[in-house]
Amino acid sequence: MELITRGAVITEPGNAVENKTGSWRVFKPVINYEKCIRCMICWQYCPEPSILKLEDEKTKKDTPAPKEALKKLPVVQIDYDYCKGCGICANECPVKAIDFVMEER
Amino acid sequence: MNYENEEFFAPGHGMCAGCAAPIIVKWILKWAGPNTIVANATGCLEVATTAYPRTSWRVPWIHVAFENAAAAASGVEAATRAKGEKLNIIAFGGDGGTVDIGFQALSGMVERGHDVLYVLYDNEAYMNTGIQRSGSTPWGAWTTTSKVGSANPIGKLRPKKPISMIIAAHNAPYVATANPAMFQDFKKKVQKALNTPGAKFLHVISSCTTGWRHDPSKTVEIMRLATDTGIFPLYEIENGDIENMRITYKPKKFKPVEEYLKPQGRFRHLLKNPEYVKKLQEDVDAWWAKYGHHYHP
Repeated sequence: MELITRGAVITEPGNAVENKTGSWRVFKPVINYEKCIRCMICWQYCPEPSILKLEDEKTKKDTPAPKEALKKLPVVQIDYDYCKGCGICANECPVKAIDFVMEER
Repeated sequence: MNYENEEFFAPGHGMCAGCAAPIIVKWILKWAGPNTIVANATGCLEVATTAYPRTSWRVPWIHVAFENAAAAASGVEAATRAKGEKLNIIAFGGDGGTVDIGFQALSGMVERGHDVLYVLYDNEAYMNTGIQRSGSTPWGAWTTTSKVGSANPIGKLRPKKPISMIIAAHNAPYVATANPAMFQDFKKKVQKALNTPGAKFLHVISSCTTGWRHDPSKTVEIMRLATDTGIFPLYEIENGDIENMRITYKPKKFKPVEEYLKPQGRFRHLLKNPEYVKKLQEDVDAWWAKYGHHYHP
């Protein structure tokens, strides 16, 4: 890359993914899949966004769920490369399925 | 097409942990889809999402200056119209870049009738430069330029500028207030705005963990309280018809304003004097007494 582009144009969309903001984290959200009802509210409110929605059949089936019928729904997964540990997901979770624990490195 | 499962706003940006603005932006981009061009006013959102040489935006994005997001968006819209292209042109501005510094550009954009959706994410002060009061800071809020002490125990002494009413008075085709915590209402308004031709204005509350002085995990909870206490009412106004504005959400039972004030450090001093809390509650009650009949369930 040249030292500075003309007009400071950034030509690669979304290249902020190179910044691994997960290093900011002090507390870490951990999803308890035995409790998670897959309502997607955490995914909806993650500001990073660092909560992924996984829709492949294998993940949906293989991830534990409190009820068998819930295994038809997509699964949420936290991308710790980017999660800054704000805790909105843990706070908004209607079934308290996200533990918010001290980060250990 | 439904783009809800796609992300047009990439992680790795420098917005604070617990900032509400990225929640607003990521959803508006999902509902707008890839055929979108964004103009951004100077502010947290612009600075923190495009630290050179990186960007969080996966749609074309332009920043010019603090005051002219609406003017830049007007130009982009005029150019796409000249080329015969139909795109979503969206401008994002904070409250400083919208109700104060960018106000004349916004007023001009609405008057000229550009087909642009202007989104104000309102965190109620100049947060990017260090929490200075803006025209959108509410009465009684502490900021670094409305300090609280023995000479002034209140904080900001003037009320918040009624920006949505001001833009509605331009006879804009669509003006609405929205709250990401009231998600379905927020979604409906963004989609309605995107489907309305002409200049649209959305006033979206956006909690600032740094400037409002609250725990980052409480962001959505506090925004929800803003509406459930009646402090941030949700309504829409079409074609400047303020007489027939529609309140789109009314809590079954209003919560007392203290519940909104308590978790926020910027209001902590108000709780020491029941008179201040009473004044705020009276202001809220007066708003609902005046406009409450515009709610039709």
